[in-house]
Amino acid sequence: MGNFLFPLAVFFAAIFTDNILLTNYLGMCSFLAVSKELETSAGLGVAVTFVLALTTPLNWAVYHLVLVPFQLEYLRFIVFIIIIAAFVQLIEMIIERYSENLYFALGIFLPLITVNCAILGASLFIVIREYSFITSFFFGLGSGIGWFIAIMAMAGIRNKLRGAKIPIGLEGAGIALIIAGFMAMAFMGFSGMIQIS
Amino acid sequence: MARTMVKKTFLTPLGKDNPVFVQILGICSTLAVTNKLANTMVMVLGVMFTTALSSWTISLFRKQIPTRIRMMVETLVIATYVIIVDIVLKAYNPEIWKQLGPYVGLIITNCIVMGRVEAFALQNKPSLSLIDGLASGMGYGYVLLIIAFVRELFGSGTIWGYQVLGAWWTKWAIMVMPPGGFFMLAIFIWIVHEGVLKEGKNG
Repeated sequence: MGNFLFPLAVFFAAIFTDNILLTNYLGMCSFLAVSKELETSAGLGVAVTFVLALTTPLNWAVYHLVLVPFQLEYLRFIVFIIIIAAFVQLIEMIIERYSENLYFALGIFLPLITVNCAILGASLFIVIREYSFITSFFFGLGSGIGWFIAIMAMAGIRNKLRGAKIPIGLEGAGIALIIAGFMAMAFMGFSGMIQIS
Repeated sequence: MARTMVKKTFLTPLGKDNPVFVQILGICSTLAVTNKLANTMVMVLGVMFTTALSSWTISLFRKQIPTRIRMMVETLVIATYVIIVDIVLKAYNPEIWKQLGPYVGLIITNCIVMGRVEAFALQNKPSLSLIDGLASGMGYGYVLLIIAFVRELFGSGTIWGYQVLGAWWTKWAIMVMPPGGFFMLAIFIWIVHEGVLKEGKNG
């Protein structure tokens, strides 16, 4: 595969074959907690996609331009988490100032995102897999979209399940995990599509 | 008073207030690292170390930390301990470090660590917080080890890398793949909850 197409391949892989939620299990906590309602799921999904697409290249830049030259790679956990927290805070302030509608739609989800492991996980993946800047951006964006698709599908299914009789022990998290398992199996069907890493 | 308090602090996270199957926290790593018993053990030790010591540290400084920025301080303390785990693991067992990949770093965002610090360490004495953190790590740990045991046994026919089931065993490839993790955890939660309900007391 040509270098030119690689970021695009990573983009599609992050959505389908290497879905951050269903294959790498990242962002499970908020996934299980929020996926009860379609509307809130959509809100959180958009917020996660947005933050992922921007913090991943940002962390790439800080890692390769600051930490590597000074040989401070071991500090990356602290630096990444601070950057994510600061960035989320900044976005929250900007949105609050300029768009009231967007603030009400996304506002409550933004603080949740700092502790969403998908965000930090994506930043750690790009370091381990040695992606370039452009690839990192596409990886972040693709991961976000993949997460969005997964949570929307989950919320839809859980909506349908509302009237269903579920064994008491499985209610809540149990049934959600089983659905996620089936979704993961379905997504495994994509695995012939793109082969990276 | 002190004795029973210690005992209670130690036992609740293991049973009726278990972080994994009651509070449903820390699911990411529960699923991601449990396809091999050895990896799981390393992860469990890392989480126990981090929860116990960050709870202790935060509790030690709980009167000095301003409430407004406490989240930031907590994150920094947790991240410091995770870095220690990461460096030690990389130095002594690079093989497992490589397999665990980003999940060691992701202990930082493991809700159990943050949850214990927020819910317990901010109000309690350092020694008690240390016990609480350690017990929470253990409550998380034994669930992971059980799941990893089943997944590795059925998925690869091995325990801790040693072949136990012979060549006649058809490996359940799905067990070591992502869906297997979801199903195993769901079944585990189901069994525990049905068991709890039947007995009507802590499980």
